[in-house]
Amino acid sequence: MTEKEKERIKASEIDPKFKYEIAKMHGGEKLMRCFQCGTCTSDCPVARFSETYRPRQIIRMTQLGLRDRVLNSDTLWLCAACFTCTDRCPQDVEVASVIRVLRNLAAEKGCIPQVFREQAASILESGYAYKIPDLRIKKRESLRLPPLPRGNPESIRKTLCNVGFVKHIEKKGE
Amino acid sequence: MAEKNKYLIFLGCAIPYRVSAFEISARKILQKLGVELVEMQEFNCCGLPLDPVSHKMMLILAARNLALAEQKGLNILTLCPGCAGTLKKVNKILKEDKALREDINSHLKEAGLEFKGTIDAKHIMQALIEDVGLEKIKNAVVKPLTMLKVAEHNGCHVLRPKEYIGFDDPEDPKTLKILIEATGATCLDYMDETECCGAPSVGISDKVALQLARDKLNHVKVVGAQALVTICPFCHIMYDTNELRIEKMFNETYGIPILHYTQLLGLAMGISPEELAFNELRVDASKILKEAMLEAKDN
Repeated sequence: MTEKEKERIKASEIDPKFKYEIAKMHGGEKLMRCFQCGTCTSDCPVARFSETYRPRQIIRMTQLGLRDRVLNSDTLWLCAACFTCTDRCPQDVEVASVIRVLRNLAAEKGCIPQVFREQAASILESGYAYKIPDLRIKKRESLRLPPLPRGNPESIRKTLCNVGFVKHIEKKGE
Repeated sequence: MAEKNKYLIFLGCAIPYRVSAFEISARKILQKLGVELVEMQEFNCCGLPLDPVSHKMMLILAARNLALAEQKGLNILTLCPGCAGTLKKVNKILKEDKALREDINSHLKEAGLEFKGTIDAKHIMQALIEDVGLEKIKNAVVKPLTMLKVAEHNGCHVLRPKEYIGFDDPEDPKTLKILIEATGATCLDYMDETECCGAPSVGISDKVALQLARDKLNHVKVVGAQALVTICPFCHIMYDTNELRIEKMFNETYGIPILHYTQLLGLAMGISPEELAFNELRVDASKILKEAMLEAKDN
């Protein structure tokens, strides 16, 4: 298949329910208000330097119901969550939040960039998104900083039981 | 209502991981300004890093921190805008959405906690301007840095999304400029001041991230700023850690030190560069320190 053929949208790819599914989720409510003015893409700092990331296009594909194309796309993960698009949208669409909703759905399908897997695992284990090196913790004494909060991983895990994503991370980790 | 000028300090993850100069200098200036910080052993990550993959997990992690602070009856002060933004946003959402609050509370209950919505979370910049107040800050300045010309970088999450943060104007932010000018330094305007530093794209596309940081350094250099002043650990890492890498990659020279605002204010308050952990900075700041010190002697 040529690149051009791959790009061509087939009617069979379209899921007309997809947009309603997104609009039901927190942050996705105003998806259908988008009239494709392009403010989001033209003001997006990432789009300035990326040849593929275009928030307007992601919103349109979502409205059209191109579920698999959107959720399997690598570009979905390029958003820096600066919220410029959300703040400037003349239709009040929470563009960055729609993208977050889409990422959450992609993650449910197992499309999770490695960096997020690592951070989730670290939070479950220590309460921190990064593993703070012992050397850093010890160095706090010589810098005369109070001891680092130890957190309470057991309590965190209790509050997170029955959250779908946690099961996902634990299963993958086994 | 929780006490003014007494907070639970929320460090988040990035600061203990690799940005200790921000913590050291912030504690020094806050102590001098009469702000009391209370340590909280039970805090966990604010939840923001996991919002992209699980909004639910973010909500629970943030609500857990808020519920812990409620038990102490104190507001939260964060150094990281990402933490402040997340805690503020979740605080607002859960106060307004009863069904969601009940759902999240059913999770917190497993650890004997409950979110009630009785406290606030603030970023240090907001606490400085609203609770400490500009007058008190100006009065604490004993060595005005009048010879220094710097530029500011707010970063995104201290201002956006406006609906949840509701602090300053994200299109024309003034607070950090006002706080910088309180030290006696001049704060210069430059192109694309409110542009993102690129840090969230690191690990997904380093190329995009570094180009964003390079643009910023170029714009700051053009107006002749002697330093770039940040108030976010991630923005600071993005510029300070990567400046030399960007210089090599694009065959350019910047030589612009990246200071935490708390270091700048600390200098003006007469605290020594050593005490403010200037030695932790990657980009050499000795040139502007020398000027700042000379000036202080002249005064």
